[in-house]
Amino acid sequence: MAQTLSDSELVARCRSGDQQAWAELVDRFSRYVYAISVQAFRLSDADAEDVFQEVFARAYEHLDALRDDAAVRPWLAQLTRRLCIDRLRATSRERPTADEELELAGSEETLTMLEDALTVHEALAATPEHCREVLDRFFARDESYRTIGEALDLPAGTIASRISRCLSRLRDFLEGRTQADPPSSTR
Amino acid sequence: MTAFDEERLARLIRALPPAPEAWVRAAQELPLAKAGLDEIVARAEADAHFRARLVADLEAALEAEGYERDPAVIEVLKVRFKSK
Repeated sequence: MAQTLSDSELVARCRSGDQQAWAELVDRFSRYVYAISVQAFRLSDADAEDVFQEVFARAYEHLDALRDDAAVRPWLAQLTRRLCIDRLRATSRERPTADEELELAGSEETLTMLEDALTVHEALAATPEHCREVLDRFFARDESYRTIGEALDLPAGTIASRISRCLSRLRDFLEGRTQADPPSSTR
Repeated sequence: MTAFDEERLARLIRALPPAPEAWVRAAQELPLAKAGLDEIVARAEADAHFRARLVADLEAALEAEGYERDPAVIEVLKVRFKSK
């Protein structure tokens, strides 16, 4: 999960046929694509899986058509939204739904929140491994203190304080980055 | 994104749980599946009847021809042949 390459560097490597880079690109955006389909569009597991595979299949097929390598994130988000709407439209043939209702299905509020969530996850990937692991396991993977303690070989009683310290560190990192980077920066 | 209070950070980390491992693996294996994919595409270009069958019913055509059911290959072929 540690990120060393920028999005544009990663896309350039994928385009040159680097399989490791492709695996990293999928890993980097898999949560985001998954979350858009199940949280913003509330697709069933089966539909979400189809959309997930189709997003990456199309991305793989059409990576050459991407004009700005740094824009891979909004490109994947747009692709996912479009495929989710197609999927809902197909479902609505059996159960008619107005087009505008389909467009509204992916609530803007949720999509914006997921965009912020991806920014936080990218920042998380840049934090030391001991912070990354504990925060991801506790919040994103919903693991208990006990499970985390066993996995990371830590006393369960120290997990809460580590989570607190690591959240502070992440906040400091994000605030520092915001001051350092212009708002239009993707990374 | 402007405010970074810790409660909000926790909510945002929680908002992106991992996608199912099998889905991620299948998508990551797309380049490995490309060899099989290239063979099918080359055959479809040379054989109009096979191509028509792929367009009509991709999975049935592949199964009838004895190709292994690889979800990654099927998804790329769906894009290529605009079939369901």
